[in-house]
Amino acid sequence: MRVSVDADKCVAAGQCVLLAPEVFDQREEDGVVVLLDESPSPELHDPVRESALVCPAAVIHLAES
Amino acid sequence: MKRVVVVGASTGGLATAEALRRAGHEGPITLVGAEPAMPYDRPPLSKQVLTGQRGPNELALRSSAEIDALDLDLRLGVPAAGLDIGRREVLLEDGIRLDYDELVVATGVRARRLPGTGGIAGVHTLRTVSDALALKERLRPGRRLVVVGAGFVGAEVAAAANGLGVHVTLLESAPVPLAAAVGDATGRFLAAMHRDHGVGIRADVRVTEIVQDGGQVSGVRLEDGSVLPADDVLVAIGSVANTEWLADSGLAVQEGLVCDEYSAAGPGVYGVGDVARWHNPLFDVTMRIEHRTNAAEQGLAVARNLLCPETRRPFAPVPYFWSDQYDVKVQAYGYLRDHDEALVLDNTTSASGRLLVIYRKADRLVGVLAVGASPKVLRAWRALIAGSTAWTAVLNRTIAA
Ligand SMILES: Cc1cc2nc3c(=O)[nH]c(=O)nc-3n(C[C@H](O)[C@H](O)[C@H](O)COP(=O)(O)OP(=O)(O)OC[C@H]3O[C@@H](n4cnc5c(N)ncnc54)[C@H](O)[C@@H]3O)c2cc1C
Ligand code: SF4
Repeated sequence: MRVSVDADKCVAAGQCVLLAPEVFDQREEDGVVVLLDESPSPELHDPVRESALVCPAAVIHLAES
Repeated sequence: MKRVVVVGASTGGLATAEALRRAGHEGPITLVGAEPAMPYDRPPLSKQVLTGQRGPNELALRSSAEIDALDLDLRLGVPAAGLDIGRREVLLEDGIRLDYDELVVATGVRARRLPGTGGIAGVHTLRTVSDALALKERLRPGRRLVVVGAGFVGAEVAAAANGLGVHVTLLESAPVPLAAAVGDATGRFLAAMHRDHGVGIRADVRVTEIVQDGGQVSGVRLEDGSVLPADDVLVAIGSVANTEWLADSGLAVQEGLVCDEYSAAGPGVYGVGDVARWHNPLFDVTMRIEHRTNAAEQGLAVARNLLCPETRRPFAPVPYFWSDQYDVKVQAYGYLRDHDEALVLDNTTSASGRLLVIYRKADRLVGVLAVGASPKVLRAWRALIAGSTAWTAVLNRTIAA
């Protein structure tokens, strides 16, 4: 799985960090998403999929192999 | 294989459909939506769409390729008109009947209107993309906009219009604007911010009439008889749940579709998003939440419960919302409505300053609202709310910190 984020449109809701803190973080100053791991290991795929689903700005994109 | 019908093709409905597929559901899913547009996002309508930072074509919740991949029977532009829960049948307005094994109700809410203002040009409400485009069209420098109702939608529009050079007046019937759900301290902070930007704020006033001149709005009459001149009026006085189509179904409707802690409303029927009034066991409150993230999260939870009823789980989230006004982002976790106390922990009153307020209900912490707080600080508060932390424990911590 490859993860990408469109940080320009992130609304800093932090839902992704709550679900998959190994993969996402937020910038300290404005809360905008920071991608920590572009190709997370398989046990993280479910929480990452869930993040993509609930992200209120729909800016988490997944390419599943 | 279960046949699932989802009524309402916006955030909640689409999230449910998507979560069903992600969970491996291969049976038919029909997604019915009253609006003809492909599912789109609403929060930008009172923000970037008005300021022109985002066009109407940049609001799609998912790309058409992503939607195609869900393999849905997509029926847009046709509202559901009735429901027979005995026969498990949804009746569409065009006469078509859809059989289902499981039904998801995600019909959301619409903007409440002022009675008798229907045909007057220049009177707006804001819920759909066409509402937003109609309003945007009118926001020109030097024009006068009166916003009736200082809730979050009204306040966001006031901020966006102010930035476009429009003369804005924000009217609120309560003594403190913006305070309805979030308390007086937050209300005062936000009101001060609007004033600093030059928005006129009138609290404790009631509108008695929309004044018109040949079918075009010319002002707003207040209780004391005075008329506030206006080129446009935005009515932002809350919302009404879209439940009329359920009226004869036998399901319990009470300003929303009444659901249990599993988001179930009846045999084979679930509620999702703004329309659902469900029991949240984390707060032991039956709540209806009009927040963007809640609609998606509830869609996910319902998809799981619907597919695996044996392992169903209560939907017990800490609600979250944000609001963008000027260069400030307001963020809140928890259930702030009906709080008993709002305690201000940090407050700088300058424009775009900082604010941190925590909320108590009975003897526990139920919410936090912040402006300018770091994500880590907010998440720590969220964890305390999720843990049903006692208020006294919170106070001890705060003093110790
Ligand atoms: C201007 C604006 C700004 C907002 N800003 C924020 C924000 O900053 N932060 C935040 O957290 N939340 C915000 N929200 C709230 C957020 O948009 C909602 O919580 C979210 O849209 C709820 O999704 P939903 O799917 O439950 O309902 P809705 O988005 O209301 O969708 C329901 C859909 O069902 C359709 N429908 C209705 N009746 C029928 C029927 N009989 N048959 C078929 N279809 C039907 C409707 O046409 C609609 O498309 C904002 C809302 C608005 C309007
Ligand atoms: S969930 Fe989406 S909007 Fe929220 S911080 Fe993560 S990427 Fe940004």
